[in-house]
Amino acid sequence: MKPQSIESLLEGRRSQPHQLIEVLQDVQKQYGYISEEAMRMISGELGVPLMDVYSVVSFYKAFHMKPRGKNIITLCTGTACHVRGAKLLLNQATGQLGVDPGNVTEDGLFTIEHVNCLGACALGPVVTENGSSYHHMTPGKLRKLINGLRDREEEKATNA
Amino acid sequence: MPEIAFISELSAFRNRIMEKRNELKGTIAICGGTGCQSSSSLKVIAALMEELEAQGLAETVHVRPTGCHGFCEQGPIMVVEPDGIFYCHVGVDDIAEIISETIRKGEAIDRLLYTDPVTGRKIKTESEIPFYVKQKRQLLAQNRRLNPKSIEDYIALGGYSALAQALNGMEAGTILKEVIASGLRGRGGGGFPTGRKWKECQEAPGEEKYVVCNADEGDPGAYMDRCLLEGNPHSVLEGMMLGAIAVGAQHGYVYVRNEYPLAVEHAKKAVEQAREAGLLGEAILGSSFNFDIDVARGGGAFVCGESTALMASLEGRVGEPRPKDVHTVVEGLWNKPTVLNNVETWANIPAIILKGSDWYSAQGSNGSKGTKILALTGQVKNTGLVEVEMGTPIKTVVFDIGGGSATGKPIKAVQTGGPSGGCLPTYKFDLPVDFDALYDAGSMVGSGGMVVMDEDTCMVDVAKYFLTFLQDESCGKCVPCRLGIDRMLEIVTRISDGGGKPEDIDLMEDLAFTMKETALCGLGKTAANPVLSTLKYFRDEYEAHINGRKCPAGVCQALITYVVDGEKCNGCGRCLRACPHNSIIGEKKKVHRIDAELCKKCGICRSVCEFDAIHTI
Repeated sequence: MKPQSIESLLEGRRSQPHQLIEVLQDVQKQYGYISEEAMRMISGELGVPLMDVYSVVSFYKAFHMKPRGKNIITLCTGTACHVRGAKLLLNQATGQLGVDPGNVTEDGLFTIEHVNCLGACALGPVVTENGSSYHHMTPGKLRKLINGLRDREEEKATNA
Repeated sequence: MPEIAFISELSAFRNRIMEKRNELKGTIAICGGTGCQSSSSLKVIAALMEELEAQGLAETVHVRPTGCHGFCEQGPIMVVEPDGIFYCHVGVDDIAEIISETIRKGEAIDRLLYTDPVTGRKIKTESEIPFYVKQKRQLLAQNRRLNPKSIEDYIALGGYSALAQALNGMEAGTILKEVIASGLRGRGGGGFPTGRKWKECQEAPGEEKYVVCNADEGDPGAYMDRCLLEGNPHSVLEGMMLGAIAVGAQHGYVYVRNEYPLAVEHAKKAVEQAREAGLLGEAILGSSFNFDIDVARGGGAFVCGESTALMASLEGRVGEPRPKDVHTVVEGLWNKPTVLNNVETWANIPAIILKGSDWYSAQGSNGSKGTKILALTGQVKNTGLVEVEMGTPIKTVVFDIGGGSATGKPIKAVQTGGPSGGCLPTYKFDLPVDFDALYDAGSMVGSGGMVVMDEDTCMVDVAKYFLTFLQDESCGKCVPCRLGIDRMLEIVTRISDGGGKPEDIDLMEDLAFTMKETALCGLGKTAANPVLSTLKYFRDEYEAHINGRKCPAGVCQALITYVVDGEKCNGCGRCLRACPHNSIIGEKKKVHRIDAELCKKCGICRSVCEFDAIHTI
């Protein structure tokens, strides 16, 4: 699916500086990151100095300035998940993929992220992958999840 | 949804909905909240609709996807009305039987009923389940009675009656008096008297005023606000409308975490529906009251739960707090008088107006009125959202409602109040859930997170966990918070790495005092609480790390070594396959060993060993 253009995301919000975070959220969702070009354009259209756009993008965790992996695996590291072994999952993911949280694997397929709480604390540890969420996660289940995603990507690559 | 143009039309509208509903044979409520969705409840709902259609029951049986019922551990949860039969862990394969047995014959299916873990007895309805028995679910009980995407459901349950009552000749001053007299205190963490806040805003000069709902629930381990906004968004909106009448505001904002996509969706939908119904906009219900609400998404910053930072963020700026020499009730959003309350606080308002402050203040303890929703999580059997009358002892929550330890190991502590709160040991479990009592004990009710920890939890590690969280979340504007947390984390890390010095404890206490006195906002002022409370109640653990270079719980990685017990290992190879760092060596059916060079001490091997053959020394 082709992402909506930034112009269309700005519709009805031009010259309204307080809409900055809302616009950035939508751009982030459509493109997976916020490029310098996008920041320049948003700055001009909303009437917010580029410096302020940059400071907002770099301040909030929701925004990324670099492209991320095709598959984003988010580990909840909230207190409830922490006491139920979220650390093991972080070790599993970083060990298996050989990449630190926030960075992209060499093949561009994966990014591991952690979030401070997803609000599903009763079911911890919780992991989300491209929007689907998994509860009572164990290192073993996570290994299979990652392997499954990799197989799917490889299959896509051979079919293409 | 037709527009309700006058106050008198609301009850007529409600009667019409009720009449239609009386013709129904039964209602099936299924939890579609975030928790149950991750247990595939959406698939169950789809399968149910399909089957009802196929059996020609779609017109007579009403399927209601609801918000969270609270008992997330048992999800997906289903309640079949009129008998209120409670099913847990419902799967797609169970649907046909539920329709043939329960809907058609009214019989309960044993297999799907909840089993009391103590007696082994099967329990048929929610009200008999121990998890629910000791609760007082004033706010949460609504969730299973309504579809959060349906304003009709909310109105059918008496929703917006408080608004109608307020607009029907009740003066702003009367609403204010009722809220003050109710004794309601803010549910977001601070516990500030809500009525007093409103009064200050009402008295503040200026025509343009705002009400804001803080749904930026950033406390890790707390999710009651998500559950309320997701499960009953109209109750929050109605609360805000009443607040707006009381203080004289024309516009409101719901500031919600973007990590809660379902809450964002339901809040937006509720606002749209309320506008269509004429409950938001100009001349609401034919009165002179004009009010509208917008939903804004947060950017994922814990500090934005702080009032001034939240308002900066709403204005589209970086979420940094400002000094509060002038309060936000006088100069808040866009420098106009603003009332900011959290979701749970707003959701309490309609009932206070409808039933009166006497009714409300009769519940709870001396200084803390009403009920409080707690997120009971961690190493406890029954995890989920729990609503109790304030003043209920912690032990009732952990043992009677929570069912005690989930792991079989003794419970050691409960962490309350999130990163600004503290850890309380078991001998303090007689303490009531009360703003003042928990504060005096060095913790706080906060937003209501309650994380139960068993013996395998290291308190130094817990302190380190919270400091790491806070270091990450500190906005960096003021020095005491930015550098204070840094230094504290440095010291705690040193202790957990085995390099701690006896004087470190004094140094941390000193730092904590300075931060409390000098930090700019609540986040910095309370940042030392997790350290102070663990030092107060678990000092022996710190001393074991410092003096004995030992982590009694076997958690702190630098102080432990994982070894294989040759007597117990049978060479099954599970650990070898599970280790993500390839640090386990061994042949099939022979004792395995751990390569100390490669071992990252993550403990995955121990978690998968079925023979208890891996332990720490």
